[in-house]
Order: sequence, then structure tokens, then C-alpha cells
Amino acid sequence: MHMSDALISPAVGGTMWAVSGGIITYCARKVKDSLRDNLVPLMGVLGAFIFTAQMINFSIPGTGSSGHLGGGLILAVLLGPYAAFLVIASVLTVQAFFFADGGLLALGCNIFNLGFYPAFIAYPFLYRVIAKDRYVSSRAVVAAIAAAMAGLQLGAFSVVLETKASGMSDLPFGTFVLLMQPIHLAIGLVEGLTTAAVVSFVARARPEVLPTAVATPAAPVRLKPLLAGLSLAALTIGGGVSWCASTRPDGLEWSIAKVTGKKEVAKPRGGLHARLATVQEATAVLPDYGFKPPETAAAKPDKPETSGPWPAVSAGTSVSGIAGGLATLLLVCLIGFVLKKRHATA
Amino acid sequence: MGFEAWIEVSRMDELGRQDTPVHRIDARAKTVTTLLFIAIVMSFPRYEVSALTPFFLYPLSLMAIGLIPARSLLKKLFVAAPFALAVGIFNPFFDHRTAAFVGAAPVSGGWLSFASILVRFLLTVSAALVLVACTGMHRLCAGLGRMGMPHVFVVQLLFLYRYLFMITDEGARMLRSIELRSSGKASLRFRAYASLVGHLLLRSMARAERVYRAMQARGFDGEVRILHPTPLRWSDPAFVCGWTAFFVVARCWNLADMLGALMTKGEL
Repeated sequence: MHMSDALISPAVGGTMWAVSGGIITYCARKVKDSLRDNLVPLMGVLGAFIFTAQMINFSIPGTGSSGHLGGGLILAVLLGPYAAFLVIASVLTVQAFFFADGGLLALGCNIFNLGFYPAFIAYPFLYRVIAKDRYVSSRAVVAAIAAAMAGLQLGAFSVVLETKASGMSDLPFGTFVLLMQPIHLAIGLVEGLTTAAVVSFVARARPEVLPTAVATPAAPVRLKPLLAGLSLAALTIGGGVSWCASTRPDGLEWSIAKVTGKKEVAKPRGGLHARLATVQEATAVLPDYGFKPPETAAAKPDKPETSGPWPAVSAGTSVSGIAGGLATLLLVCLIGFVLKKRHATA
Repeated sequence: MGFEAWIEVSRMDELGRQDTPVHRIDARAKTVTTLLFIAIVMSFPRYEVSALTPFFLYPLSLMAIGLIPARSLLKKLFVAAPFALAVGIFNPFFDHRTAAFVGAAPVSGGWLSFASILVRFLLTVSAALVLVACTGMHRLCAGLGRMGMPHVFVVQLLFLYRYLFMITDEGARMLRSIELRSSGKASLRFRAYASLVGHLLLRSMARAERVYRAMQARGFDGEVRILHPTPLRWSDPAFVCGWTAFFVVARCWNLADMLGALMTKGEL
């Protein structure tokens, strides 16, 4: 679920960069303060391990597909949340640099979606609580599955929120959620099982490498910076969503407006009705064909369709646009070619 | 991601070690320019296609001067495309409003925004790949460190990059031995998978321990020092300013439309 630059807006990308950058700085300070010198090479090597582990697949019986380790949760188990977050961030950075797997400006989103939730939500609040540092037990398996599923669900939901807030995809919010969440339930199950299996193997083969309750004297995640980060992200994403929802009606809404001649099918907008509608919209499969707070939807005036950010339709400008676009591409390629020739001969 | 991908990583590493005018430009200048480039490309309205085309000049000219072969970048572009395509391909189904005409044929807004997503994808991804290919990981990380990225994270990136090749080699050897023992069937049963990955993990951790001992023997005190090469030269700010000016001009005026108007109507 690596997001690419093409699907997000600079505002969302920049905000998530700031959020993830803040968490990285915070984690870096924490790791530095931990005074475990051997953490430096260990983190580097484990990052490389995650890369390799992602290439080794096992077959899932009966489905014909295969699964592999994602890595976020096992890093948190092995290293603790702060170092794990840094390792995940570095893995994602290298993936973006070398495989174009997720864009550069989307990197903040990706680090948050794939790093924050497993390291700071799933691991401390689910895995540690359920597993209680017993790595070879059915508790540990349940803990790993629950934590991996929760982490991936939150991550997938963030992908939906960030994409919607950017306003690049016409996919209705409900459909998008339906596409993303169930598949990540399955991925979470696989992730949880593999994590539990590898951890239990390591616990049986070399128990001393796993942190125990004694060896890690109660390093609970502090709640305050966590909540601050979460609410900051929620606020900005929420702000972005409501902004784009109020300025950009989506495609289906537009076609409904075409069919009925109205912005929306009439709905009672009383106090209780509105509140019920909010609940319904929150739980419905396809709430209102879009994602927007009910206030903005209700307050949206019946303004004429021509206003707003829609581009004007004109055959003349389109033709010159296409011709110009093609010509520009050609020109650019030509410049590139000439530059290359000149440089190669120089 | 298969093991073929790793050959590509080492190729990127080789490309990053070249010495061309683009490679000589400071990593910070290129990073700033590339981020600005991506941000400006992303800031275009969602139905814009033609105005985006002049922006191809940036990645293409860097590729040309940096002697970066187009084929390897294109390959990566195709591998990375699925997610952007998967989300974008729904736009034509949800947005049927006519947004433009090609001759007499109407084009719906959904197809237009889908095309726009594709062009953006090509632009942003190629710019990011070109940045790495014409800077190299070491210079890039050193530059990022000087731009304020936390030292611990820079060290983590460099360590990860350093051990990537070794650990992947180890994994490749394991997989090859399994293939040889299972008459070519690469897929593993779950139990075998768990112990295989567990072993790989233990070997990796053992390697980390050896590395740590070796570092200690050489006087490691918990602080990794990174060499900061090359002071800024006059060409670095010139690079940033020149490209920024071009991006701003291309953002404010639709250069492709102007060229098209010049061609079809003979006037701007």
C-alpha cells in the first residue's frame, strides 16, 4: 500500500512529511539516549533483513497465492518502538529511492501509515498487552495476529483518508474503504502468522536475542507525544478532506445533479435527522457517494454548476492543448537527445 | 519484488558513482530542486494534462547529461505503476462529465484525470529515480544530513544500504539451495518458511554483532562520523535558481498550449 506522488496533493504530502519527520527526530533522540551502542549496526542489518525477508515467499494453501513478512511488527518486537520506527522509515526511504515504490513527497505518508501504527499503536497497546513477553505460546500468536491486523487496518484507512484529502481520485470513499480494508484484513492475518512463527522460532533457537521484561526495564510508549502526533495528523487530514469536499463535488454527485437537476436528493436536515444521517453515513457502505462532513454538505448552497474549479469546455483550446502537449513532448525529447549527444562526444 | 531487482540496485549504485556535470552538482541542490519539482507537478489541477508536458524537460535533461540509460528507469516505472494505476483507473467509471473534445469526440473528465494521474506518475517517479541515479546513495545521505535530517537516521540509511547487498546475497543463497532440493518449485510450506526466515534473522543478527565488535575494535564510541565532501560551488545555486525559474514559468503559463496555438492558429 505504498502511495505514489501522483495521487496526493502537496498539502497532504507536506503535512505528512512534517509529521513523519517530527516522529523520526523524536525517535532518533530516543535511540541516541538509549545508550545501546550495538543498536547502530543491529538496526542497519535488520533493515537489510526485512528487505530480504520480503523476497522469500511461502505458498498459502488452497489459494494459489503466496505471502511474506511485512516487517513492521517483527521489528517492533525485536527492537522496541523507537528503533523499529527508524528502521521502517529507512526501509521505505530506500524503497522509494531505488524501486520507485512510493513517491518522494508521499514518503511522509508511507512512513506514517506503515511505521507509526505498527510501532506505536499495535506493538505497545496490543502485542505487549496480549503476549506479555511470552514468545512461544498461543498468546503470542493471538497477539501477533491482532496487532498486525490492527496496524494494517489503520494504515489502510490512512491511505484512504490521505488519498481522499488530496482529491485526486474519484473513487467514492465507501467503495475505496471496501476495496482497501478487507484485503488488508487478509494481509494482516498473514503478517501476524509469519511474525508469530518467526518470533517463536527465534525464541526457541536463541531466546537471549529477544527482549524480555527484565532486560527492557519498562520502556512504555509515552502517550503525550503519541496523541499529539495523531491529533495533528487527524486535524490536518480532516481539514484537507472537508476543504476538498466542499470545493470539489465528486463525479457521482455531479451525475446525480445532472439527472435530478439538484445538487443532492432532498434529505430532511433537522437536528435529529442530521445526527441520524451522520450515523448512517458513517456506517453505510456508500455514504453519500463521497466523504464529507454533513455540515459542509448541508451548508452547500445550490450554486450554479458552472462555478467552481471545473475547467471550461472548449473544443478549440482542447485541440491546441493536445497539439501543444505532443509538440512539447517531442521538443523536450529532442533537447534531451541533443544534450546527450553533445555530452557523449565532449 | 524479486531478486532481479537487486541487479538493478547495483546498477543504480554504479550510475550514482559516475562523474558527469550533473553528478558534480551538490546533493542538496538536486534534492531541493527535485522536491520542488514534485511539489509543483502535484499542485496542478486534476484535469491538467498538456501543461504538465514541459516538465519532462527536467528528468530528461538530467538523464541526458548524467548519462543515465532510459531503459532501466522505464523498467522500474512499469514495476512501480500498479498502485497509481489501480486507484486512478476508477476515475473514468465515476466521472462521466464531458471535460474536453478531441475533434468532435467528447472526452470524459474521468479519462482526463486518469491521463493526468499517469503523466504525474511518470514525472514524479522518474524525477525521484533520476535524483538517486545521478547522486548516489552516499552523497545523497550526506546531503540530507547537512540539510538537517537527524544524524541517527542518516547513519541508519547508510548502514542499511551497506548491508543490503550482503544480507540479500545470503537470502538468495538460501532460496537457491531450496530450489535445488525441491526440483525447481520455489514456493515454501509455512513451517519451512518460518524456520528459514528465522535462520536468516539469526544470521543477520550474528552479523550485526560481529560488525559491532569490529567497530569497537576500531574505536567506535557510539558516534558515526560521516565525511562531508565538496563545499557549495557557484553552479549549485545556479542549478536551483534556473530550474525554479523554469518551473514557475511552466506553472503560471501553459507552455504547451501556447506552442499548440502557435502551430494551429499562428498566434499566441
